[in-house]
Amino acid sequence: MIAEAGLAALWLAAAVALLQLVLAGVALRGGQAEVLAAVRPVAVTGGVLALLAFLCLVAVFVRSDMSVLLVVENSHSAKPLLYRISGVWGNHEGSMLLWVTVLGLAGAAIARIEHRLDERPLVATLGAQGAIALGFFAFLLFASNPFARVAQPPANGLGLNPLLQDPGLAFHPPTLYLGYVGLSVAFSFAVGALVTRDVGPAFARAMRPWVLGAWIFLTLGITAGSYWAYYELGWGGWWFWDPVENASLMPWLAATALLHSVTVLATRDGLRAWTVMLAVVAFSMSMIGTFLVRSGILTSVHAFAVDPSRGTFILALLALYIGGALALFALRIGTVKTGTTFELLSREGGLVLNNLLLSVILGVVLIGTLYPIVASAFGVQLSVGPPFFDKAAGPIALALVVALAAGPLVRWRRDRWDALAGRLLVPVAATGLALGAVVLFAPFKSVLSSAGLVLAAGLAVASVAPLWGRNLARTPLFTWGMVIAHLGVAVSLFGMAADAAFTRETLIAARPGEQVGVGPFRVTFDGLKPAMGPNWSALEGRFTVQRGDAAPFVLRPQQRFFAQPPTTTSEASIATLWDGQLYAVLGNADAGGRWQVRLWWKPFVTCIWAGGALIALGGALSLLGRIRRARLRHEEAWA
Amino acid sequence: MRAWLLPLAALTLVAATSPARYANTQLADPAKEAEAQALMVTLRCLVCQGQSIADSDADMAADMRALVRQRIARGERAGDVRDWLIARYGEYVSYDPPLTALTAPLWLAPIALLVVGLIVARASFRRRRS
Repeated sequence: MIAEAGLAALWLAAAVALLQLVLAGVALRGGQAEVLAAVRPVAVTGGVLALLAFLCLVAVFVRSDMSVLLVVENSHSAKPLLYRISGVWGNHEGSMLLWVTVLGLAGAAIARIEHRLDERPLVATLGAQGAIALGFFAFLLFASNPFARVAQPPANGLGLNPLLQDPGLAFHPPTLYLGYVGLSVAFSFAVGALVTRDVGPAFARAMRPWVLGAWIFLTLGITAGSYWAYYELGWGGWWFWDPVENASLMPWLAATALLHSVTVLATRDGLRAWTVMLAVVAFSMSMIGTFLVRSGILTSVHAFAVDPSRGTFILALLALYIGGALALFALRIGTVKTGTTFELLSREGGLVLNNLLLSVILGVVLIGTLYPIVASAFGVQLSVGPPFFDKAAGPIALALVVALAAGPLVRWRRDRWDALAGRLLVPVAATGLALGAVVLFAPFKSVLSSAGLVLAAGLAVASVAPLWGRNLARTPLFTWGMVIAHLGVAVSLFGMAADAAFTRETLIAARPGEQVGVGPFRVTFDGLKPAMGPNWSALEGRFTVQRGDAAPFVLRPQQRFFAQPPTTTSEASIATLWDGQLYAVLGNADAGGRWQVRLWWKPFVTCIWAGGALIALGGALSLLGRIRRARLRHEEAWA
Repeated sequence: MRAWLLPLAALTLVAATSPARYANTQLADPAKEAEAQALMVTLRCLVCQGQSIADSDADMAADMRALVRQRIARGERAGDVRDWLIARYGEYVSYDPPLTALTAPLWLAPIALLVVGLIVARASFRRRRS
């Protein structure tokens, strides 16, 4: 019954999305006030119905209802509750249902809480949101029904890919989806603004919190995903330039650019057409990412839930929405007046540089990700991986770091070069000191890693420079947000460069009792013992680690055996110290009774994700600051 | 001098007789190991879903790691080892696509995008100024 209720809710949600689109169309074509007023409640209804469908699927998974095909294929009653729930989105149909649920909830959220936008652009925005939802509901209902039943329910299910049975997976996709699909709001705002010819600072101020919100989740999702890959895949890598990772990075790059250009539009009424374009591009990147992941057109470590036959459907939706939005842009952009003028050396100019460099990186990532598909059309199989992205995007990213350090220190409207040089004196001095330290003390691994270390130091100083000489208690929250987010970039960059420059690796075949060294540590392989989990058994290695005279600690990496589906995974054991992480993996045994052991000492690697968290925190403070100021203005206006 | 040469020779002998030895253990020479490591992260594991041979548990990746370490230990240059693997498995094996007529647009893309972007940005500044 629950499965049927879910399917009914899904059909109803699709019908309501159609209604939302039609009502918005009628309202904008001169319909009565009643029609205009009906769009908001309809959008809320659609969101509630989508959520209901999703909760039905969760219930079916929690109860391990083996008459539902999706549960049979992706779950098992012996799994812990957390993984029965996360199994809902650990597969194609369920993850697409989560996708449209977030889309529906985003539409409902606009309808409920957006009061700054005029009624006409708001209704146009909701109409666009309904149009997107309609297509993806159709995709679910006609090509990916999550509630399909099986004729002969088996005694139990096939289980979930053990790699995905991890707390990281429980939270990583929903967070990422809130970001991905949250960007649909920016897309719909842009379409709404184009339809009603209403592109200006008011539009930008209304759109900014939504973009910020989606961007915070995207940042958190990517950071969490990177850490998950780092500890779960067991090779110490944290970013692989894998197509699916790129699919999450591209919307982030576009959203980051949008976040900055929308500020120019809100404060200075510049970059009108560009901001609208970016809003369209950002969600287009989300949809392209969904297509790349769901179609399985590119081989990827994430290829656990793909079906090529569905690719065509998503590709058609993509062509419809991106093509439609671009056509609308081409038709209407002539009527959007150019924004105000600005000087080359100004905050606006710095933000244009930010947008230029972010867009070039986005272009490089997009071309690099799609190039193997293009090449295979010419009959050539080739791979584009880390060496290309490092060489092509790395230097541009470092240039962006320089722009990021200087940008917040440039005045709005107009500035003088000598005045800017004065403000940059301390950060430049810090960069010089760091350069000396890196040349003297750091091992040279690559230009990129050395330059990263130097620039991270300069950026860390420059990012807090906007606070100097200010009354900290009276500094607006969104300025704090900017400072913390930029500081987060410095911290993350430092972690990446430190990992590249200082990592120590020891790969050995060891018998119990042997001792090896890695970096400053002495590691003793004490032995092995069996271990048991709720749905796995394991061989657990015990390693005693000693650094100098400090108290020893123990690492316990495992080889885990899952019965359902039968798989072996290696669980890394990671010790987090103040200055980095010691990472141990237990491999297979050879005929001579020696075990493969992989040890890495990764100084300051944790900074990568701490920086990511700081960036997201900066975004959250900025969002709070904007909301608070808007509320104050609102109260003043009524006082 | 002689005292440490003997175990070293024995080590080389063991390495020559059991190729899989270097699949999961490092070369004794840190410089050579670093060179091999740098090469391995740019080679694709052919049976995996988008992983390099440096971070894959697959048997084939292990064999390829052993092969790369052996050839580097023998004194071959990283570029030659890559070329040999490409000749054997095709360009698909290298994550660093060699510059050919087909890949020229890929490698030129960053510069082309930067130039186009600068022109767009500059033109918009000039237009705004006038």
